Amino acid sequence: MEFLSYLISGISLGSVYAIIALGYTMVYGIAKMLNFAHGDVIMVGGYISFCATTYLGLPAVVSILLAMAVCTVLGIVIEGLAYKPLRAAPSLAVLITAIGVSYLLQNSALLIWGAAAKSYTPIISGTLQLFGGKLSIQYISILTVIVCLVIMAGLTLFTSKSKMGKAMRACSEDKGAAQLMGINVNQTISVTFAIGSALAAVAGVLLCSYSPSLMPTTGSMPGIKAFTAAVFGGIGSIPGAFLGGILLGVIEALAKAYISMQLANAIVFAVLIVVLLVKPTGLLGKKVMEKV
Amino acid sequence: MKKILCLLLAMTMTFGCLTACGSKDTSDPADNGAATGSSESIEGAFKLGAVGPLTGDAAIYGQAVVNGAQIAVDEINASDSTVKFELNKQDDEADGEKSKNAYNNLMDWGMQILVGPTTSGAATAVAAQVYSDRTFMITPSGSSPDVIDGKDNVFQVCFSDPNQGTGAADYIAENMADAKIAIIYRNDDAYSQGIRDTFVEEAEAKGLEVVTEGTFTADTATDFTVQLTDAQSKGADLLFLPIYYQPASIILNQANAMGYAPTFFGVDGMDGILTLENFDTSLAEGVMLLTPFSADATDDLTKNFVAKYQEAYGEIPNQFAADAYDAVYVVKAAIEAAGCTADMSAADICEALVAAMPTLTYNGLTGQNMTWQATGEVSKAPMAVVIKDGVYTLPN
Repeated sequence: MEFLSYLISGISLGSVYAIIALGYTMVYGIAKMLNFAHGDVIMVGGYISFCATTYLGLPAVVSILLAMAVCTVLGIVIEGLAYKPLRAAPSLAVLITAIGVSYLLQNSALLIWGAAAKSYTPIISGTLQLFGGKLSIQYISILTVIVCLVIMAGLTLFTSKSKMGKAMRACSEDKGAAQLMGINVNQTISVTFAIGSALAAVAGVLLCSYSPSLMPTTGSMPGIKAFTAAVFGGIGSIPGAFLGGILLGVIEALAKAYISMQLANAIVFAVLIVVLLVKPTGLLGKKVMEKV
Repeated sequence: MKKILCLLLAMTMTFGCLTACGSKDTSDPADNGAATGSSESIEGAFKLGAVGPLTGDAAIYGQAVVNGAQIAVDEINASDSTVKFELNKQDDEADGEKSKNAYNNLMDWGMQILVGPTTSGAATAVAAQVYSDRTFMITPSGSSPDVIDGKDNVFQVCFSDPNQGTGAADYIAENMADAKIAIIYRNDDAYSQGIRDTFVEEAEAKGLEVVTEGTFTADTATDFTVQLTDAQSKGADLLFLPIYYQPASIILNQANAMGYAPTFFGVDGMDGILTLENFDTSLAEGVMLLTPFSADATDDLTKNFVAKYQEAYGEIPNQFAADAYDAVYVVKAAIEAAGCTADMSAADICEALVAAMPTLTYNGLTGQNMTWQATGEVSKAPMAVVIKDGVYTLPN
């Protein structure tokens, strides 16, 4: 029974990682850049939702929509101001810029909301009691898993069926050729950032509902874990990000419960190293030939 | 591809460390400006420095310390006492290096006596310098034994960490002897680890049953469901939390969501949980903590202090404010006992006060009959309070 509850807490934590990882993986797949500011967009999403419910008294659903809207705009603005001018620059320059943006967001949050932690009110509370109270599952865990599945299915459909999705896949394969085929590459990348940032807002709300404490650095560690999850599953692959996130969460929870609480993170990263040694592209990653 | 990924991963790790430290590297210029402003020069006044995190993660502690000290200084200056003070407040963001800089700023200003730093890490760093400079230092709340260890001119107003662990175990042994105890502590933090160690030692000596222990680190301080499930499945009905209030608030939330309701027992780091913004104080209902100060105490000294603090800063003072208030009065008492005057050098004052401290008996906000050993450690009785209807009350 304990094993089940550890498994469930692992899956729900993993689902949060998965939603964040989806954002990383989409941006990487299409723009071929690592958006290190992604974790901090999550934090902004959390704060917006917090302000909407606490200061403006808005219902939770509205606060999520508001957070998504703000983060979408933020994502587009970040992309337009910080990354677009560097489209032709070496990828290291973009990476450093992303780190800069991450600092900018953290410190702006520090100025606006202060350093003291704020307590987030979970969007839904309560527990589902099973087997006569022996197994209890938080509703937020169930919600997180459902939201994660819906997002993954939605994104898969979107990228395989819609026109914009096809444009994204074309850009991810070859930007130059896509442009020659009449695809507006810049716009496609902007849309990718918008979607990624909206996902970050959702992830922020779910993360803060699961672990209800909000600080300017709230997003950094989950961001890193999610990046790991994306690499684990095969960066650029949407089902891979999902699988990587869930596995990472489960490994973390079970390692904590049965092996060592202190070594949980080390075990997670050790598994990652083993996976990368055996399968360098990640679990579901595709091998892409680099053109010279 | 493999190489790129490995490189990126390595960068992520480095970046993670950077962001973790990054939060400390930032400061609010407006606050700094306010912090350095000192009261106008007073003829024949002792120059007192107060240091604490006025910005950053631990700002709630530092602000309480400088506010508490300010109230004591204002009171003393308004009274007919011959000893007067001039107070200069500096921000250290709870960082050892910044704290040393703050101390050096204060020395440039001409500080004679240091009230601070607020947090253990910063206090330990400054104490070493203070010892070689021969400046008298009394920390309101730097509770680690390392702060005073081997330094004759450094004193504490608060309990040392080992005392808190021992005190908590003694209290539980006396009042809840058959409790099944679980501990969740942060094992990359000297404060938390120190209290846990002495608690476990004393619990063993008193025959208390510790059924399980859970740990976490700064990086894993967001998810406690595994630790809580473990404690719940082992039947723990008392959860000892020698940690700060911010992770404790997550633990309270997650335990509540799981439907797990043991008695939560914290130490002075738990102080502040009720002031956490938007925190549902009903979750903290019944939480017990070891604190030397309760804002609801009915003695005149506490009532006067709480009223003044509320008037000046609009909130109920916590233990840190009370520690700082006491620290200033202890300095005053020591100066009077030693017969120092404001024209003496910092080093001369230091030697005189060091000799006077062990002779003092002081009744303050944070304890009756407080006395000091020459090592700098304070001796006073710990007091447990329980949170009821969102305020600290004495357990019955």
